[in-house]
Amino acid sequence: MKALSQKRRHPLAVLALLVMALLLTGGLYAVATTTNEAKAETTTYSAQDIEEGQKLFLANCSTCHGLNAEGTEAGPSLIGVGAASVDFQVGTGRMPMQMQGPQAQVKPEQFNEEQTKQLAGYVASLGAGPAIPEDEYLDVTKGDSANGAKVFLANCAMCHNAAGAGGALTRGKYAPSLMGVDEAHIYEAMQTGPQNMPVFNDANITPEEKRDVITYIKALDNNTDPGGFNLGSLGPVSEGLMIWSIGLAVVIGFTVWLTSRSA
Amino acid sequence: MSSTTDYEYQPRTRSGRIANFVDTRAGVSPMVKEFGRKIFPDHWTFMFGEVALYSFVILLLSGTFLAFWFDPTMTSLEYHGSYVPMQGVEMSGAYASTLNISFDIRGGLFLRQLHHWSALMFVMALSVHMLRVFFTGAFRRPRELNWVVGCVLFLLAIVAGFSGYSLPDDVLSGNGLRIADAMLKAIPVVGTYMSMFMFGGEFPGLAIIGRMYIAHVLIIPALILIMIVVHLFMVVVHKHTQYPGPGRTENNVVGFPVGPVYAAKAGGFFFIVFGILALLAGTTTINAIWNYGPYDPSPVQAGSQPDFYMGFPDGALRLMPGSWPFSWEFTIFGWVLPMAILLPLIPIALLFVAMFAYPWIERWVTKDNRVHNVLDRPRNAPFRTAIGAAAVTFYAVQMMAASSDLIATHFHVGLNDVTYWLRAAYFLGPILAFIIARRMCLALQRKDREIVLHGRESGRIQALPHGEFVEVHEPLDEYKRYRLVDFEDYQVQPARANAKGKVTGMEKMRGRLSRWYFEDRVAPVTPQELEAAHGHHDDHEAVGAGSHKAQLDK
Ligand code: HEC
Ligand code: HEC
Ligand code: HEM
Repeated sequence: MKALSQKRRHPLAVLALLVMALLLTGGLYAVATTTNEAKAETTTYSAQDIEEGQKLFLANCSTCHGLNAEGTEAGPSLIGVGAASVDFQVGTGRMPMQMQGPQAQVKPEQFNEEQTKQLAGYVASLGAGPAIPEDEYLDVTKGDSANGAKVFLANCAMCHNAAGAGGALTRGKYAPSLMGVDEAHIYEAMQTGPQNMPVFNDANITPEEKRDVITYIKALDNNTDPGGFNLGSLGPVSEGLMIWSIGLAVVIGFTVWLTSRSA
Repeated sequence: MSSTTDYEYQPRTRSGRIANFVDTRAGVSPMVKEFGRKIFPDHWTFMFGEVALYSFVILLLSGTFLAFWFDPTMTSLEYHGSYVPMQGVEMSGAYASTLNISFDIRGGLFLRQLHHWSALMFVMALSVHMLRVFFTGAFRRPRELNWVVGCVLFLLAIVAGFSGYSLPDDVLSGNGLRIADAMLKAIPVVGTYMSMFMFGGEFPGLAIIGRMYIAHVLIIPALILIMIVVHLFMVVVHKHTQYPGPGRTENNVVGFPVGPVYAAKAGGFFFIVFGILALLAGTTTINAIWNYGPYDPSPVQAGSQPDFYMGFPDGALRLMPGSWPFSWEFTIFGWVLPMAILLPLIPIALLFVAMFAYPWIERWVTKDNRVHNVLDRPRNAPFRTAIGAAAVTFYAVQMMAASSDLIATHFHVGLNDVTYWLRAAYFLGPILAFIIARRMCLALQRKDREIVLHGRESGRIQALPHGEFVEVHEPLDEYKRYRLVDFEDYQVQPARANAKGKVTGMEKMRGRLSRWYFEDRVAPVTPQELEAAHGHHDDHEAVGAGSHKAQLDK
């Protein structure tokens, strides 16, 4: 130790330190970017996909998003939003948007898988962005639902309700129910933050943690309601309504019956 | 108590001897005699007190079962029970043991649900019972004190429910405690101290669940039990009230004796209530704490609501604007006054004070200090019915506000709009309810008058010889008529001078209130009017003009 503390003052020490620091930050950066880029451009789109996608885009989307997806008054620019965003928005039926409102509504999807892929390919070709997640990160058998519960309750429950039943936001916006949502769409929602939902990038919630969250949501989804009818998983409000409607009605029925043969 | 009989009873059978042995030492039979001959009138609205009582018994039974396994500690541990999504999560002993009761103890989930559904049934039955007592005027002399005991029971029930709801230490129960903590801290000067005292330091600390537990399983149930005993004792002393009807007077009670018919019915009714609750508990989820996760002060979840009986303070806080039109936080002498929390609680406190004091308020206004054993039909006391309707509306608006987010998502309206509408309803709702309820009562009373004077419309049309068509009205029978004419006819009691010949300000206010209560009224049909109506049976005009009392001032 003594030797080291004396060598500290050696003229080359500063240089050595600098090199070490550079190596460390460079290495960390490399690791960080590779985790972020890990899945970028894994699904490859053929030139034909992109071409078909452009046709579909011009026909269905360009009125709002512009002829080159550069954005207009009626819709944001899609350059750099990535394939994940398109897959989510089109795959859940939100896009093409039907009417302006506080929030794009879910409706039956308008495009099949092939067309969605072509549209995604076209938008992805315009600028780098989050890609469609790899199957590995959607496989709930590999996820850890306990960790998912932790992440979910800390990050998502404030909008989506603890049981994923959904909840209200301000001015007509709302967080929808997460029951029955496709694994890929859950992942993409976290990654792209549709509309009023924040983005949870890979530094925030790692891909593995995203898988845990999906595992937890699917566990809730598959929960066989150990307590019986779940009354919409809305908590005390539906329980209160239950007791004041059916509960009270049944009790009144019995009281009337019991006193009907009166003196 | 009746005096014991003189002759010595000689039992012949063996069980008879045992019974006699117990009886001669414990003195049961005079009690049975006294209690068993109490008369209990039959009307379905009289049974909600019983429902509350039976729910309480079921709460005691199911709660005792839960207490065998519930662990009221807040030290954290890692969960390894059989609920898979939570395996490996850090949580308090309280939450883990509630998960265990739900998933690893045989019948545990059923009993948890039974306990919680019974809690809802208890508070609901209590509320309906109170409304019945209020709207029929059963709180009047000599029962004012029992009304107060009932109000205490109502408050205790809310506290019991809230303390129980806080025990499992899930996110919802923690949120409830957090709001309670905020309300405590909002109290000027002593608030922070009280919060530190209650939580044993900063919120949430490690003490609160243990303290809530003692309150929940020992102190509050004991207080409720004492109050129930006092309440029932007074019911026996005062005897039961009854609705007006033939042969029913202020000095008698018409109905079945408690034993044996009524006791059998009541015993059966206990099992009916038990059955309803067991059915609910067996089929319907309540408080799915496994969804909510263990309490952690940082996350707040969408759809966080208290049980319905705690909805009104929560809703009041949601309705209060935080910083509109200015910030509601004032600093006076260095003390911070968070009016956004305090202000909405003031009307609630006043509502409760008014609830306790109502028998005296009404007595003061009406100057009616007589004994009342015969109840009012709600329509025959329009002022009281209207005040009750206004109070219920005021309460209900706040309770609805506690679910504003669910109203927004389920009816596809904006959350802010729901809040604006409910704010309007908070102020206008009670006024509208008052006016509507009063008008409805007066209209119903007038209908009753019509029926008494002209009989029921039979729907049969008769053609008279000269071509006129009239509807045949069937006269009422004696018994039905009695129900419709036998009621108190309150009149305005104008302000009067006191002994010193002075009309005090208080008395003037009373006079004004009395006018406000009674200036619109419909008087019961008098025998003379009835006579007149029967005299010219077909001449409707004559009756209408003759009954000056039927005319309204407005
Ligand atoms: C009626 C106008 C309209 C049409 C048609 C439309 N969009 Fe959109 N789109 C919008 C608006 C508005 C938004 C922004 C929504 C928001 O953020 O609230 C949007 C957002 C998006 C986003 C998310 C952008 C991001 O930041 O992540 C994608 C992706 C998208 N649209 C794709 C499409 C595609 C693909 C089509 C055609 C199939 C399409 N849209 C058709 C109006 C439209
Ligand atoms: C600030 C509130 C907010 C938070 C926090 C939030 N979301 Fe969302 N989420 C939303 C909103 C708003 C939408 C609806 C967006 C839309 O309709 O385009 C949404 C949509 C979704 C969808 C699409 C559902 C569907 O029906 O297609 C998924 C999946 C989702 N969120 C998952 C999550 C997960 C997982 C988290 C936590 C990591 C999370 N959200 C956190 C607000 C939120
Ligand atoms: C007086 C009326 C009472 C009311 C209104 C009431 C209400 C409640 C409520 C709402 C809960 C939350 C239940 C849940 O987890 O969903 C609860 C929990 C509990 N109660 Fe009661 N209770 C009452 C009396 C009692 C009594 C008398 C006991 C015991 C002797 C008791 C023991 C418990 C225990 C141990 C819990 C925690 C266990 C759990 O949450 O699963 N309660 N109570």
